[in-house]
Amino acid sequence: MIKVKKLTAPDLNWSEKAYLPNIFKGMGITLRHMPKKKFTVQYPEEKWVPRPGYRGAHRLNKDEQGRIKCVACEMCSAACPSNCIHIIGGVSPWDDREKYPVVFEIDMLRCIYCGMCEEACPREAIELTQIYDFAAYSREELVWDKEKLLAQFEVTKNNDYYETHTPKVVKATAVNPND
Amino acid sequence: MSDAAYNLKTDRTILNFGPQHPATHGTLRLVLELDGEVVVSAEPHIGYLHSGFEKLGEYKTYNQWVTLSDRMNYLSPLCNNIGFAQAVEKLIGMEIPERAKYVRVILAEMSRIADHMVWLGTHALDIGAFTAFLYGFQARELLYVIFEHTTGARLTTSYTRVGGLFRDVPHDFKEMTYNFLNYFPGVLKELHGLLTRNRIWVDRTRNIGYLSREDAIELGVTGPTLRGSGVEYDVRRNFPYLIYDRLDFDVPVCDDGDVYSRYLVRMEEVAQSMKIIKQCIDDLPDGPVSFFDQKFALPEKEKVYDTIEGLIHHFKNIMPGHGFEVPKADIYDATEAPNGELGFYLVGDGSHKAYRLRVRPPSFVNFSCFPHISKGAMVSDVVAILGSLNVIAGELDR
Repeated sequence: MIKVKKLTAPDLNWSEKAYLPNIFKGMGITLRHMPKKKFTVQYPEEKWVPRPGYRGAHRLNKDEQGRIKCVACEMCSAACPSNCIHIIGGVSPWDDREKYPVVFEIDMLRCIYCGMCEEACPREAIELTQIYDFAAYSREELVWDKEKLLAQFEVTKNNDYYETHTPKVVKATAVNPND
Repeated sequence: MSDAAYNLKTDRTILNFGPQHPATHGTLRLVLELDGEVVVSAEPHIGYLHSGFEKLGEYKTYNQWVTLSDRMNYLSPLCNNIGFAQAVEKLIGMEIPERAKYVRVILAEMSRIADHMVWLGTHALDIGAFTAFLYGFQARELLYVIFEHTTGARLTTSYTRVGGLFRDVPHDFKEMTYNFLNYFPGVLKELHGLLTRNRIWVDRTRNIGYLSREDAIELGVTGPTLRGSGVEYDVRRNFPYLIYDRLDFDVPVCDDGDVYSRYLVRMEEVAQSMKIIKQCIDDLPDGPVSFFDQKFALPEKEKVYDTIEGLIHHFKNIMPGHGFEVPKADIYDATEAPNGELGFYLVGDGSHKAYRLRVRPPSFVNFSCFPHISKGAMVSDVVAILGSLNVIAGELDR
């Protein structure tokens, strides 16, 4: 049942009209917050660890034999809303597939990290990882080629990139404002 | 004041308020004509954040456009995702699974709370109350953790797809939601304690920016601004969608029509949203979250890997120039976003892209009442009035 609820503005009593009592009441609320645990994360020293399923930087997956999984079907670049994936396919050197990507580039500056490439991939070849801090000094560095994307697979395959790369991490599940 | 002094001829001052002003929340520009400290007229200049989302709707497929809807109202992106997906589903005439409906309602109400917390924090900050901002943002952070775990991103959620959701909620979604529901009433109590009966807050907001019931209806404003003027209109109540007609909650209305009454309405809405989330999470059904008719939604990944039919449907859905097709028809469908009625007008031309995509953003229409209600106010009240409307520039200019 959706009902309508009439609200009326409250009338202030004499102590509320006198400013001071209410100021102390407000300060009391603030004081109660002071002994609580700090809520903020001290960023470069501490880092937030997103869960698996977070949509961060991409990686290209490898199969058991260490070969690239991608078959250059270009589904990801077709699904991409920001047209940031550039693929040139070539004849595969292996017998079990016909094509493989000769060039596979992602422009990380154009990318909007929507995850539609991952959704569109029929071979589990492209995946988004939990990495969110990959700033660079030039635009060229942020156009990631095949080698860079495959190297990302090596550092993220155990889902512990932040645990192994930062001195202190903050787990998402550890955030409890009631402490 | 003596008559002589009153009749003294004075020049009017033109004051540029924005586009780079800390209290405009986004690139808004107001040209104020002042007589001393009193506003004679206010003229909003919009378009500084124009990004062509509507035009892009003619070039992107329906599912691709969901990513753009995130960027419209950047305080509650999930509400935009849900509104858009629902309009396309209605155009196709598709019924989404029950679980997807429940999850959509929960997430829409959560983003309503997050939106109102940012609104309250920045609004109070503009008027001079800093503390409410910090507590509101801390509560919002907990919601953003839930969004991050559910959708994979904090802001650019892109969570809905035509026919349901992009993926199921995480296994501990219920636990996180209950955790939030236990924590949040305390925050709300604190915020009420800091502001509602505070003399300074009341003096700054009572009888400021008065919008009468008739004017509100004539100007077409919606959402808390309209309900703050005493009109009982809420899309969730008047044109129920998803599962709102099965839920038990109140639509808050306040007759005063000033900044304070909009504050009361929004604070009560937050409490009602919690009531809605509680009801939905208690009986969240199991089942699929997407409409796995392979003509419209991508098939499950296992089918794609293992069966040729799955692979064909998968390719057919994504390949350029294929996609799913919508009928040659047009539709207007609205949902209740945190700021008011968020409508989408879609014209389908039988292909996989829209012929025309028009958004009816609540901020744009609500902002049109600004010159009217700021007439006669003091310069310092302009900030309070602007804050009470919660104008989001991304949505205003699209």
